[in-house]
Amino acid sequence: MFGKLSWEAVPFHEPIVMVTIAMIALGGLALFAAITYFKKWTYLWTEWLTSVDHKKIGVMYIIVAMIMLLRGFADAIMMRTQLAMATEGSPGYLPPEHYDQIFTAHGVIMIIFMAMPFFTGLMNLAVPLQIGARDVAYPFLNSLSFWLLVSGVVLVNLSLGVGEFAKTGWVAYPPLSGLQYSPGVGMDYYIWALQLSGLGTTLTGVNFLATVLKMRAPGMKLMDMPIFTWTCTWANVLIVASFPILTATLALLTLDRYMDFHIFTSELGGNPMMYVNLFWAWGHPEVYILILPAFGIFSEVISTFTGKRLFGHHSMVYASGAISILGFMVWLHHFFTMGSGASVNAFFGLATMLISIPTGVKLFNWLFTIYQGRLRFTSQVLWTLGFMVTFAIGGMTGVLLAIPGADFVLHNSLFVIAHFHNVIIGGAVFGYIAGFSFYFPKAFGFKLNESWGKAAFWFWISGFFVAFMPLYALGFMGMTRRLNASTNPEWVPYLYVALFGAVLIAIGIACQLIQLYVSVRDRKLPQNACEHGDPWNGHTLEWSTSSPPPFYNFAVVPRVDTIDAFTEAKENGTAYQAPAKYSPIHMPNNTATGVYMGALLTVFGFAMIWHIWWLAIVGLVGTVVVFVAHAARDDQGYMVPVETIERIEAEQHKRLVAAKAIPATRVETKLEQA
Amino acid sequence: MTKKRYPRLLGLLPLFGTLLLGGCNWTLLNPVGQVGIEEKNLIITATLLMLLVVVPVIAMTFIFAWKYRASNTKATYAPKWSHSTKIEVVIWTVPILIIIALGILTYKSTHALDPYRPLESDVKPITIEVVAMDWKWLFIYPEQGIATVNKIVFPANTPVNFRVTSDTVMNSFFIPGLGGQIYAMAGMTTKLHLIANHNAELEGISANYSGAGFTGMKFKAIATSQADFDAWVSEVKASPKQLEQAEYEALSKPSQNNPVELYSSFTPNLFQKIVDKYEGMNPGKPVKHEKKEVAGTDGLDTSSNSAAGAEE
Amino acid sequence: MSNLATTAGHAHGHDHEHEEHHDAGETTVFGFWLYLMTDCILFASIFAVYAVLVNNVAGGPSGHDIFELPYVLGETALLLFSSITYGFAMLALFKGKKQQVLFWLAMTFLLGAGFIAMEINEFHLLISEGYGPSRSGFLSGFFTLVGTHGLHVTSGLIWMAIMMYQVQKNGLTSTNKTRLSCLSLFWHFLDVVWICVFTVVYLMGTL
Repeated sequence: MFGKLSWEAVPFHEPIVMVTIAMIALGGLALFAAITYFKKWTYLWTEWLTSVDHKKIGVMYIIVAMIMLLRGFADAIMMRTQLAMATEGSPGYLPPEHYDQIFTAHGVIMIIFMAMPFFTGLMNLAVPLQIGARDVAYPFLNSLSFWLLVSGVVLVNLSLGVGEFAKTGWVAYPPLSGLQYSPGVGMDYYIWALQLSGLGTTLTGVNFLATVLKMRAPGMKLMDMPIFTWTCTWANVLIVASFPILTATLALLTLDRYMDFHIFTSELGGNPMMYVNLFWAWGHPEVYILILPAFGIFSEVISTFTGKRLFGHHSMVYASGAISILGFMVWLHHFFTMGSGASVNAFFGLATMLISIPTGVKLFNWLFTIYQGRLRFTSQVLWTLGFMVTFAIGGMTGVLLAIPGADFVLHNSLFVIAHFHNVIIGGAVFGYIAGFSFYFPKAFGFKLNESWGKAAFWFWISGFFVAFMPLYALGFMGMTRRLNASTNPEWVPYLYVALFGAVLIAIGIACQLIQLYVSVRDRKLPQNACEHGDPWNGHTLEWSTSSPPPFYNFAVVPRVDTIDAFTEAKENGTAYQAPAKYSPIHMPNNTATGVYMGALLTVFGFAMIWHIWWLAIVGLVGTVVVFVAHAARDDQGYMVPVETIERIEAEQHKRLVAAKAIPATRVETKLEQA
Repeated sequence: MTKKRYPRLLGLLPLFGTLLLGGCNWTLLNPVGQVGIEEKNLIITATLLMLLVVVPVIAMTFIFAWKYRASNTKATYAPKWSHSTKIEVVIWTVPILIIIALGILTYKSTHALDPYRPLESDVKPITIEVVAMDWKWLFIYPEQGIATVNKIVFPANTPVNFRVTSDTVMNSFFIPGLGGQIYAMAGMTTKLHLIANHNAELEGISANYSGAGFTGMKFKAIATSQADFDAWVSEVKASPKQLEQAEYEALSKPSQNNPVELYSSFTPNLFQKIVDKYEGMNPGKPVKHEKKEVAGTDGLDTSSNSAAGAEE
Repeated sequence: MSNLATTAGHAHGHDHEHEEHHDAGETTVFGFWLYLMTDCILFASIFAVYAVLVNNVAGGPSGHDIFELPYVLGETALLLFSSITYGFAMLALFKGKKQQVLFWLAMTFLLGAGFIAMEINEFHLLISEGYGPSRSGFLSGFFTLVGTHGLHVTSGLIWMAIMMYQVQKNGLTSTNKTRLSCLSLFWHFLDVVWICVFTVVYLMGTL
């Protein structure tokens, strides 16, 4: 009846797990009670959960990402603590079967459930606004993508209290991840969580590619698209081209585990090396999916806060494209030590190095954007400068690892860990945090507190260096990754320092939480409120709307014929111009289909993990039925009446006058009456 | 246990200095083997080459950010300046030049340091067959007729030809003090050629996570004189333990932090038998209409075939 | 108000509304085409896997021993004809002839179902002879590749059945036209994939 599921699946005997679960349960209960007490369920359901508005979906993505950042970071600090404690023969406080789950979960969560939703959230928030669109190409699909991600998140977190998570490392190489060596449900949680969220990511990629190709404002040529939109577009190209490989690979692993296939087994003609190839054929493009949008954010931040055009917009676009294409030709550098032969290794080493050319060009472009500018040292700029310094180092260690001869001794060592944290924290995460505080006012109409933001930056960056520089050293000392105890007394001091660095980062995260609290508290203060929509003197269309933007984004779809369209309009005095008369706007209706499908697929995934076949069928058939019912309804959306638009735009007009963005005299009489 | 550590945790800060100066103990920077020395030199050369561009970038970041700060109204302000063919040419050319230099270095070193390439030496090499198990290393000396667990001894200044496979999941055979590593995979033989330049006692590890006992999957690698090596072989030959079928099956059971074992003999052709247990990598039995193929002749060939296959 | 256009104002906005409605179907078909590209990569991955595994027969049969080319040619004919009949359905759709659309869809459905039935029969025979996917890497790859295509065709059939019901009930609405166009893309795409399967698996396996 319940497959492999029984009460024994709950780890009652593990105090650490039980305390965590208790805390999560209490937190959830408190949240539930609060929503009920404030009677916010209807609001939450109609305005957020069932919303197909890209801005709200973007915000929800970022909330999920931040919660998962906390979860993933908790894993990180547990690992650092274990390694600082487990010295001189002491086993530390985590037994291997627990520790091995933690480092697997840390990798999976940070890549798939923190970085991906963070990037997707920022993209949702900004891209349609940047190209002057009213929504994405397929709003319902967008909602479905989000709920597929939530399915994955739910499964990953369920594994904490029901059963276990994979103990294979986030790469999950067979045969270790095969049935013979990982008979537990942990690997199945991994498979289904990644499969569901990966499906959502593929749909997001398709959706946003169609959006930028089909929904651009009239007059906007492809090369006129703002740089963040461009880098997201390249990331979407990579998603569309690489995530199907992950889907296929996970499906094949599923067949091995569930139906006794021999695709990746060592026995009977399977080939585990093929998994390694396929995994990285997805996995390497994946890291560019994470980093490219961050590059876009840094570009936006630098050009905005120097009050200057981005240097070499076109060369940035081409450089991103080159990175994307080359990113597909380098996967083998993750396993030079497999014995592929010198020529194969040399080819992939050289291809990898080529990537550093466009990346280097990008760094120079940012430098020459600062050159002859007026740089305002806001927190976003600090993140960007911090990134430029950190990333230069991380890029260098990356090229070092691309040299097969060097990789033979550095492979799988803590040097590798230091390298990819160097580029992922110093690149992607810094970019997302910068993007978060850059676009926060756009989403909510008030700025984040700068003092706490800067404090967060200083703790993050110093924490980063203190935590990861020792890891470079440990790599040179022959310490390999995924050890659950240090076996060499010389490593110990470095591990202490690394733990100290992790604590500094923890303080940085705490600063960010305080920043959020303080900012929400002070949101009405005049220096923080920016509902008129243009707090940074921005260059591109997203800053031309109110903050938060009206649900239809643009009352009249703008016409664009240059790169920094909004700057141009402000200089020409054509910004904020109102038409004589508005037309009704066609908008999609909200729908709960995405929520239902996500919920049913979560049930399906859970049932598959625990081999509850009848429930799996219920989940899958239910999903199809809900989708077909949605399609049969054929909801064509609705027209926003002119009166509504006039009322909303009149409010915005008042704000603009108050913010002195437009002179009070330049008032359309019709609007004044409204 | 925890109590003892508090003072040291507090003494963190003074440690910083010693950390930076402690470089002289770093294994990879003090290799004992020729291969390791070449790999170290490669790392240093490549790093210096890259610093040629990395240092200016970091310096320019600080200088530009400071010079063009908003409060410095004396600096030139050119809000519309966003293109300069001259600068574009330079910023594409500089990285390209560095990468060309690095590329040549990479191409040459990759072939020179190919782990499959036998080392050039006048001394006759010694062969050691390596089997990764859950979670220990089995070493077979086919020429000496002995086998060991978690310990190898070999003469210094003599090339060592490692033949590596796995009787479990994937591991990576790695002696950091000697040089590069190679994966150990079931059903396949990978090769690694190393040499010790002088006598030394080294740590050997698995560098690829393989499950719960992975941390303890270590072995001693001792480079010694030819005479001492011969003496050690005789000593092992006198060991009462023999690696027969039953003994091997007992050894195959997962164990953590396995102690060193010495076997005076082993089942004939043991290594190849372990490889042949897995039909995975080999094209199975010959199909009737095809030419006869000998299964499992060479791990290198099958591995490169498979990698090439997945590329398509 | 956030209009950046100086003159376009109302007139332009109005035009755009029209465009938007007009474009909706086209955008959907374009997005579906993008999705098919992702599906194409999924198949490419599985083809690569099959190519790696094809010789790993592990003492079991090779393609030469188990494939019956005439039978598979029959399967192929069914699928190819179903593509033609779907083409007729699309022609009828452009002419706006509902009954004809339904007729050709039904024909397509029958041919597709026949293909699936033959495939299931082939799988059943192989498994009952002891040549299931668990037998060897080659057979795992074979069942995965052919089975993935079969699953796609099956979902295409389910989709087609739903579309027939929709057309019957609502007629040839613009939504139904768009969806039939998407299904058309899907169906022809599966045909192309099958031709690759037929060539790579069956022809190259037996010749």
